[in-house]
Amino acid sequence: MELSAEYLREKLQRDLEAEHVEVEDTTLNRCSCSFRVLVVSAKFEGKPLLQRHRLVNACLAEELPHIHAFEQKTLTPDQWARERQK
Amino acid sequence: AGSGAGGGGSAEQLDALVKKDKVVVFLKGTPEQPQCGFSNAVVQILRLHGVRDYAAYNVLDDPELRQGIKDYSNWPTIPQVYLNGEFVGGCDILLQMHQNGDLVEELKKLGIHSALLDEKKDQDSK
Repeated sequence: MELSAEYLREKLQRDLEAEHVEVEDTTLNRCSCSFRVLVVSAKFEGKPLLQRHRLVNACLAEELPHIHAFEQKTLTPDQWARERQK
Repeated sequence: AGSGAGGGGSAEQLDALVKKDKVVVFLKGTPEQPQCGFSNAVVQILRLHGVRDYAAYNVLDDPELRQGIKDYSNWPTIPQVYLNGEFVGGCDILLQMHQNGDLVEELKKLGIHSALLDEKKDQDSK
């Protein structure tokens, strides 16, 4: 099971048709495997937070069992544009 | 119903468990001694809102519960939060609800007054 940040970024970008993805490898010495992801996709429009997270979880269903800690933030392109203006 | 088949992880038993209290959390560890950062974050958020009378289940004590609750919610990770018997999400979602004010509103629907409203009131009155 390949679990590099780049692999996760490419998979999220492709499967969720995301216009922007950031993946940070937050693994520390004492942890097995840990990531924080930001996904920006129009697929999230009109969807409540739980449903957005389920989309990401489904995309990484094969990988999540091997990841010790996983944090995610899901934004629509509009939300992402507003956030960058802050 | 007997407890033989299905043990602590049957869907019926979990359904009863998450509906038994207004606020239910499944943690790694206990509220007093969370064993991972995300379980701790959930505990701290609830503490910030002054929510104390919630049901907390330590999945580290019960492997069947640990897998059963993931199957029940179709959610791959622990901690998990339920409000009024409904799955809300994990640590990330609870944190975002805390940050954007949704959690105060959801607690209000349950008849739970968030302590953060009192803090806001104090600030407003200054």
